[in-house]
Amino acid sequence: MPRRAIVAIAATAVALVLLISFKTPPDAGLAGIGSSRLVAVGDPPAFGTVPSLDPGAQDRSPVTVPPTAAPPEPGAGQRPRPRNGTATAPSTAPVTPAPATPPPAAGAFSGQVVGPVVDTQFGSVQVRATVSGGRIVDVAAVQLPFDRRRSAEISQYVEPILRNEALQAQSAQVDVVSGATYTSEAYAESLQGALDQAHG
Amino acid sequence: MGDVLAAWRPAAGEPRARRAGSLRVEHIMGTAIGIDMRDERGISPDALDGIFDWLRGVDATFSPFREASEVCRLGRGELREEECSPRLRHVLALCDDLCRTSGGYFDARHHRSDGAVDPTGLVKGWSIDEAAAMLEDAGARNYCINAGGDVVASGEPAPGRPWRVGVRHPRERDRVAAVLSLRGGAVATSGEYERGRHIVDPHGHRPPSGLLSLTVTGPSMTYADAYATAAFAMGRDGPAWVASHPGYGACAITDAGRIVWTPEAYRLRA
Repeated sequence: MPRRAIVAIAATAVALVLLISFKTPPDAGLAGIGSSRLVAVGDPPAFGTVPSLDPGAQDRSPVTVPPTAAPPEPGAGQRPRPRNGTATAPSTAPVTPAPATPPPAAGAFSGQVVGPVVDTQFGSVQVRATVSGGRIVDVAAVQLPFDRRRSAEISQYVEPILRNEALQAQSAQVDVVSGATYTSEAYAESLQGALDQAHG
Repeated sequence: MGDVLAAWRPAAGEPRARRAGSLRVEHIMGTAIGIDMRDERGISPDALDGIFDWLRGVDATFSPFREASEVCRLGRGELREEECSPRLRHVLALCDDLCRTSGGYFDARHHRSDGAVDPTGLVKGWSIDEAAAMLEDAGARNYCINAGGDVVASGEPAPGRPWRVGVRHPRERDRVAAVLSLRGGAVATSGEYERGRHIVDPHGHRPPSGLLSLTVTGPSMTYADAYATAAFAMGRDGPAWVASHPGYGACAITDAGRIVWTPEAYRLRA
């Protein structure tokens, strides 16, 4: 499999880590509701346009992705780490190999890549990207800074709605759908109506 | 950004594991309210009738569209607030509390052009919490109430698995953009894709920008619903504001086709 593609994916994972710790100055217009501790939401650039943060990373971050039977559950293995208040330079952090999902598509990388642990001022962050046929289909957090005392201060997790492409193949089912209030008329046509009929 | 707003369609017609149970849907408060019960032994039909009767009674008291409702009489000045029923005064007190804690983003007293008080934004959430308590009192443990897209779920829909609550895709009504997995709690969504742009920023009196929808999770539907309304009006600052309330989380869908999660909501992501 092309090594460049893997490195590019790892760079994307690093970029996502940085986006997680993205922080902007508070909005002065919201004074009175704790705005000094609000964290603005920054939309990341679309996947595929994230530039490599360090072109030299290709030479220093070899990645091998051994095939195994099944990927771990997304979100599994979240282990809070003590904050140390210093940021690790992403380009020098090691990229940990992770299990791959079989079978790999011919000529294109399929599998999972775990990004480096990045210490931010809010805690440690690490993400795992799942790749199929050279495209990122899912991004899950391996570690997020879940410090409840600082829950209003920590950054938010921003992801594209790409995850659904991965779910599309899985006949993922829902019992009920939450949405902005629908009218009785809309209800008749809605997914919820269909689900109710399936249940009834 | 339509291509970025990819979504999946749940497989239709597939059998799903479920307990024996019952589902009843009635149209109350201008929307559909469904109670889906999955206990091996359901509650008595009389108890379920009583809950729907009570919800219709709430509509009769609080509807801004029924001339004889207490809310309309209050609005016309035929009633003073201290003469209102205890439950209307209770709901108005909740509204005032939320107006303070939201910095005016949830305001039942100043959003109508005629100046009349309108607690509609809180009534549905509050009444669903009350209905859930009545279900519990009647012995229900595994159930889900869906009131026009606001969901309270408890227990399990089938042995060994949590309720899977889809977050509706804001641009495609038959798709979901995310799935939450929970064994208890409320999920409420505000957005501008139904009933027009009915939420405005009370400070700028403009529709909020940046978000297509915002979903709040938490222990109480009363607050989840109100927080969703206020946080959606705040726009991109909404999710962090929701996260400042212990036990509540948000996932918001931005107009750039991305989902913003707070940690509390991310924990529930299926």
